[in-house]
Amino acid sequence: MKFRSVFDIIGPVMIGPSSSHTAGAARIGRVARNLFDREPKWAHISFYGSFAKTYKGHGTDVAIVGGLLDFDTFDERIKESLDIARKKKMKITFREEEAVPEHPNTAKITVGDEDGELELVGISIGGGKIEIVELNGFKLRLSGHNPAILVVHDDRFGAIASVSNILAKHQINIGQMEVSRKEKGKMALMTIEVDQNLEDQVIDEITALPNITQVARIVD
Amino acid sequence: MFRNVAELIELADSKQKKISTLMIEQEMEVTGKSREQIIHQMGVNLDVMEQAVEKGLQGVRSVSGLTGGDAVLLQNYIESGNALSGGLLLDAVSKAVATNEVNAAMGTICATPTAGSAGVVPGTLFALQNKLKPNRDQKIEFLFTAGAFGFVVANNASISGAAGGCQAEVGSASGMAAAAIVEMAGGTPAQSAEAMAITLKNMLGLVCDPVAGLVEVPCVKRNAMGAANAMVAADMALAGITSRIPCDEVIDAMYKIGQTMPSALRETAQGGLAATPTGRELEAKIFGLPLNKK
Repeated sequence: MKFRSVFDIIGPVMIGPSSSHTAGAARIGRVARNLFDREPKWAHISFYGSFAKTYKGHGTDVAIVGGLLDFDTFDERIKESLDIARKKKMKITFREEEAVPEHPNTAKITVGDEDGELELVGISIGGGKIEIVELNGFKLRLSGHNPAILVVHDDRFGAIASVSNILAKHQINIGQMEVSRKEKGKMALMTIEVDQNLEDQVIDEITALPNITQVARIVD
Repeated sequence: MFRNVAELIELADSKQKKISTLMIEQEMEVTGKSREQIIHQMGVNLDVMEQAVEKGLQGVRSVSGLTGGDAVLLQNYIESGNALSGGLLLDAVSKAVATNEVNAAMGTICATPTAGSAGVVPGTLFALQNKLKPNRDQKIEFLFTAGAFGFVVANNASISGAAGGCQAEVGSASGMAAAAIVEMAGGTPAQSAEAMAITLKNMLGLVCDPVAGLVEVPCVKRNAMGAANAMVAADMALAGITSRIPCDEVIDAMYKIGQTMPSALRETAQGGLAATPTGRELEAKIFGLPLNKK
């Protein structure tokens, strides 16, 4: 089941005009911001499908930048996000892509600064719900049917066990888990699908563990 | 856990519980949150809906200038006493319009199930206030019942205009509202399902063709008719009328129609009303160049 909570249907509280093209876009931008873990200096945003055709009318551009500025879907500042980004000297470019995506509402965001960059692809599946389908070229093979988190960590012994210990302590069952790395001993990724929604406290505890760089909810 | 409308009705009948109660219990199970937390969260959404209606009834205008002010016109007309289709019905229509006018003006709303279809559920709910005199808890229950039916549609079909057209957005919202109206008016769970089926049947095939890609034309007026459709279908179900096609099969038909709908009619602003001469003219006025010529 893609939609698990009644608040996926009655909600979110948001700035209009579109749950998929405004609220969903803000959420995709915010995941990029959370995974990058700091305010980026620049962002390239590519829109595909319906996003490419209608982003101006729906404020998709404004919303996605609002997300990059860490604004939630109901934050009134979303409306002025392009101005706010300009004042912060955040450099932003938009592209309307011709390629036909698998999902009609697809955005690719690349963010960066002098210390690094991050690229992700997100889709907005309706009612403000989103899924992250790709990160830094890694395809995230998620069913989308369960809540999921993404953990970026150092490729060290015990890192995976420490995360699963926290989940066990909170009585959260892991449905599916995938671990991948680019190079031995360097950056590694865990994608974990769980059976229950994760409270902020669980995310905070995982973030505080040694060898863990970033944690983000990718399916809520 | 219920996966479709038939299971939902079966659960309600066998446990002798309201649909809103079942939705709250399922939410507790899925999220691990307490009943109080869940009801409180829905209360916050209810407050946002009420504020949006109030704001819209004071008169708002969108940035593009395409929409705004119609909710006020309708309220004035109701007060004149000349309304033909009934004060309650038009009040629901006016409050649905108010919500969507606020949405179009980038105001704060609660998506039900989406932003583009956010007017129907609160429009009907707040119009029933004077007639049925619900207390706060009953208004919150209305939203849980609407949510239960929306939950089934979202998981078995779609609530996205880009995926399934307007039938998936305003169509779903109207069906959700009709089912909730029936429960609030004292109807049975089975009658709620009939109301949802009757409503959705009359929204099948509705395309998503927003002029200039804006959630304004025809979205605001589709919410108006969505609210009217929900009210009438609820009355029909309460009168004892049933749908020959079961609710789950109507939902499935909606899904299949959405899948075969051309992309030009699924929120791309390339077909339907968006592609009419006036639609294109408005688009050019707002964005300088029509989107299809860029």
